[in-house]
Amino acid sequence: MLNYSILIEHWDMYMQGFANTLKASVLALIGSLAIGTVMAVFRIAPVRPLNWIGAAYVEFIRNIPLILIVFVFFVGLPAIGIRFDSFTAGTLGLTVYTAAFIAEVIRAGILAVPKGQMEAARSSGLTYLQAMWYIILPQAVKIVIPPMGNQFINLVKNSSVLGVIAGLDLMYFGDLISSETFVTFDVYIFVAMFYLLLTIPLSLGVGALERRLARSR
Amino acid sequence: MIYFHQVNKHYGDFHVLKDIHLTIEQGEVVVIIGPSGSGKSTLVRCINRLETITSGELIVDGVKVNDKNTDINKLRRNIGMVFQHFNLYPHKTVLQNITLAPMKVLGVPEKEAKETAMYYLEKVGIPDKANAYPTALSGGQQQRVAIARGLAMKPKIMLFDEPTSALDPETIGEVLDVMKTLAREGMTMVVVTHEMGFAREVADRIVFMDQGRILEEAPPEQFFANPSEERARLFLSRILNH
Repeated sequence: MLNYSILIEHWDMYMQGFANTLKASVLALIGSLAIGTVMAVFRIAPVRPLNWIGAAYVEFIRNIPLILIVFVFFVGLPAIGIRFDSFTAGTLGLTVYTAAFIAEVIRAGILAVPKGQMEAARSSGLTYLQAMWYIILPQAVKIVIPPMGNQFINLVKNSSVLGVIAGLDLMYFGDLISSETFVTFDVYIFVAMFYLLLTIPLSLGVGALERRLARSR
Repeated sequence: MIYFHQVNKHYGDFHVLKDIHLTIEQGEVVVIIGPSGSGKSTLVRCINRLETITSGELIVDGVKVNDKNTDINKLRRNIGMVFQHFNLYPHKTVLQNITLAPMKVLGVPEKEAKETAMYYLEKVGIPDKANAYPTALSGGQQQRVAIARGLAMKPKIMLFDEPTSALDPETIGEVLDVMKTLAREGMTMVVVTHEMGFAREVADRIVFMDQGRILEEAPPEQFFANPSEERARLFLSRILNH
């Protein structure tokens, strides 16, 4: 039987960790969607230098461990005078890392939109960016919802990297409670439950969205 | 209005367009026919730079299409294009399909864009479909929406790239009727098609292409009655006798 008194006695800490994990996830989600979309468009835009930038971003970032990228923000940049608190450093690292994967997902989605859509949009006088924004991306987003859901779930779980740099997230407070109480198993079970509280609704939400869009097609 | 002078185009080693000379005047309806792979579609797609030419000169509406300083988006406003597979935007309603470019490219206010869109939907005979999504429409209806979408930009030239090739036979007529009306109203039209009845009735000129060359250029009466090129004669005998 789980020791619920730990949960009750440390409720404030769990709540603070939960709130920060949620906050880091939401911020990183918005940020990585924005950066990922830009990088995806860079990779396929008819401008060579942009293709290189997009490809370099994706290949460098996704082939480095997340924790290293977080360390860049936490200890690397401060060494040259740019400082962040640990929560910000962790969230930035998470954003930059996830963006590389989201870029690949969105790129695949863009390439799955029939070529005639871009041709029709361009031949009506829209610029490349307008055609992307009004015609291609809305269709690409629909196509990529299932793999995007995976990325979002990974993002929430990966936010636990904040715990390593004292980022005040769920994992961090889990460690803290565990070292205060000398209880390990129960403490982390509660941590896991809070993660599930975020990821399961996300998973169900993505599934529901997918079914709704499947019907509308 | 459209002027090709010694235009060539290569796709790698493949020589798609060979020494094209062609002049199309304002208000003319020119129908391009020929076997598949002869370069008809490529020729039409060069006019609004969906394809770039390798050499030669191509002037449309007084503008050098492939000049570095040409604002291609500005030129494209004046050139409507209708595709074989319609290419309507599936995530937008019929009305939104038509109003998008006038609003975003020309800056027409939404209310006015909608009125214009409805005017052209009336013209192509499906105002009742304004709020439907493209997937709910038949092929013929979709193609008529695509024509309305092109017209809503009030272009000087309309390009048609095999507009009826993807339609089932029953709906071909309704699309051709719209195109005939357009031709009678004086629109400059370049049409790639296999509809010989349409070509004979509407075209001011027939351009016959084979293997990237223009082999023959003649008024339809002359072309269909007595093509001067052997290849054109063979082509006609094959498609008219079945």
